[in-house]
Amino acid sequence: MATVLNFLTRRRGRHGFDLTDWLSWAYLVFGTVLMFGPVLWVVLSSFKTDAALAQYPPTLLPFAAKTVAVEGYDKPLELYRITGGEYQGRHLAEIRRIGLVAQMVDPAEPDKRLKVNIKDRQPEQALAFAVSNYTELFSRFNFARYLWNSVFITVVATVITVLFNSMAAFALAKYKFRGRTAVFLLIIATLMIPPTINLVPIFLVVSKLGMVNSPWGVIWPAVATPTGVFLLRQYMLTIPDDLLDAARMDHASEWRVYWRIVMPLSAPAIAVLTIFSVMWRWNDFLWPLIVLTRSEQFTLQLALNSFQGELQTNWSHLLAMTVLTLLPITFVFAFLQKYITTGIAQSGVK
Amino acid sequence: MTFASTAVRTVYQAAFNSLERPLLFVQNLVGMRRVAWMFLLPNLVIFGAFTFLPIILNYFYATTGSDAILLSQRPYVGAENFRTLLACKDYLDPNTCQQDIFWRAIHNTAKFVVLQVGLMIVFSLVTALILNRDIVLRGFFRGVFFYPVLLSPVVVALIWKWVLQRYGLLNAGLEEAGLSSVNWLVDANWSFFWIVFVTIWAHMGFYVLILLAGLQAIPSDVYEAAEMDGASKWRVFYRITLPLLTPTMVVVLVLSLIRAVQAFDEIFVLTGGGPGTATTLILHYIYETGFAARPRLFGLAAAASILMAAVLMVLTLLQLAVTRSRAEG
Repeated sequence: MATVLNFLTRRRGRHGFDLTDWLSWAYLVFGTVLMFGPVLWVVLSSFKTDAALAQYPPTLLPFAAKTVAVEGYDKPLELYRITGGEYQGRHLAEIRRIGLVAQMVDPAEPDKRLKVNIKDRQPEQALAFAVSNYTELFSRFNFARYLWNSVFITVVATVITVLFNSMAAFALAKYKFRGRTAVFLLIIATLMIPPTINLVPIFLVVSKLGMVNSPWGVIWPAVATPTGVFLLRQYMLTIPDDLLDAARMDHASEWRVYWRIVMPLSAPAIAVLTIFSVMWRWNDFLWPLIVLTRSEQFTLQLALNSFQGELQTNWSHLLAMTVLTLLPITFVFAFLQKYITTGIAQSGVK
Repeated sequence: MTFASTAVRTVYQAAFNSLERPLLFVQNLVGMRRVAWMFLLPNLVIFGAFTFLPIILNYFYATTGSDAILLSQRPYVGAENFRTLLACKDYLDPNTCQQDIFWRAIHNTAKFVVLQVGLMIVFSLVTALILNRDIVLRGFFRGVFFYPVLLSPVVVALIWKWVLQRYGLLNAGLEEAGLSSVNWLVDANWSFFWIVFVTIWAHMGFYVLILLAGLQAIPSDVYEAAEMDGASKWRVFYRITLPLLTPTMVVVLVLSLIRAVQAFDEIFVLTGGGPGTATTLILHYIYETGFAARPRLFGLAAAASILMAAVLMVLTLLQLAVTRSRAEG
């Protein structure tokens, strides 16, 4: 215990642990609960049965009523512990409830029906993970379809984004031509015009091109990101021109120079753009909401939104789907956090 | 992993081989002097079709009426859409306006921007200052605050909807503590509080990161000198940290303003703009008018988005001016 405390209060350089250190720790622990708590709560809840979800106040872990198969009854019956009255201490299964009285049966003696006041019985519960919330997403709902739509849009859009943006960045970083500054400024200026401003006319262009209700209607408007061009151009400026000239001496085509020299050398910046693009497209909501109106074209985000009905929300499946949607991003976060945070800190974009 | 990297390499190689010949042909056709345009072309075509052209088209939509999407079928109405939006007896009272929801959305957005940005900056700064201290598990805590930034807005909204629902975790906790439960998302004032809270929860980590980078850029010898002179902690904070952090703070301020003006996703899923129009913001109005409601009033939506664009333009120019002066200074 002392070593643990010693570790937790350890500080580099200076000695001692003063009031501000305690306050900082309290803040951080509270922050951790506030940031992770709700997510963890959703993960735990996603394993609960409908009955357990309806329980109030809720239990932390997913509990479900224990059932028992009793001879002479088709369905398994719920098991109760009797806490008072005539049968105190016994475990009985409930057949049905009539008003304040429950008709119960002892699993050992299936023929005898017993009457118990409902106040005198406590449901027997056991920890049970309702994996069916997840499996039913595939069997009863079109989850695989939504997943495929999301993956398709994310992967294709990211490949095109990286390709087009790096080509443009290469041209702007490694060639001197008339209009270079103008083109660069024009691209940077579009940072000022987020797509949210041009929803109506972009919708016209997309519908003219026949891409409404098609994943391409989501992909094409999103691939020419000014952020990507800017990020890659800044990085490519640091690649020495001598390398390119040496390749040209060996009669490499410009395409080869770009593909074989500049692209591999820009790998760190390309990695950052790839991660950004994956996050952007995976999390996109408003534009897909406008373009994709048929449910078989829905991305995961749209499906999640449509699952929460106006009046009745099917929480057991919605929660499972929420968890499956946040899972990939959580993996990205766990393994690539460093790339993402340095990328953001350097470029100031997200 | 090796399989994946081999696969990527094979695809990369194949893409190169298949494209080299046609592109070499293009290169020879246009000549070395114009080869840069060959590389720029794909990006510029996309920019043209989905950014530049729409900017121009937006004005045509804003000055035409009817619910037709094709411009050729839309009658010219001049500034009618703007007049409809701005027809108000008293701009402070949305009930006197022809488009009362538009004005309610403007009022809500103004309130939201002030509250959300103000509170978020305070909390981001406090968090960044604490994370900048010499504490064990610092890396872990940084990750904690950053994690929600990566979550999709829909997921964020659903997580909180589940916590805040009538029979949710928060109400159970309140009742356990002897307080009465609240129907959070049905009460107008509470809904507004929660959209501010949830958007701060989701985006704070991003600004903490930028502020941390700013804090770490402050040279440590400045602090050492102050310590030698026996300056108190508060004095160090007011006289050194805050002034040296101001440029970063301005960047954070402008970035968060730009995003707050366009807030939509989380709020749309969490409250649907309700109860009533209590949490309807300006982008929600544009979406509702132009796409969700029938008939689709594209002209009105375009006019509203041009008004929003004007606000964003001012904010972005401010940002450019700040980043430029920071780069030079």
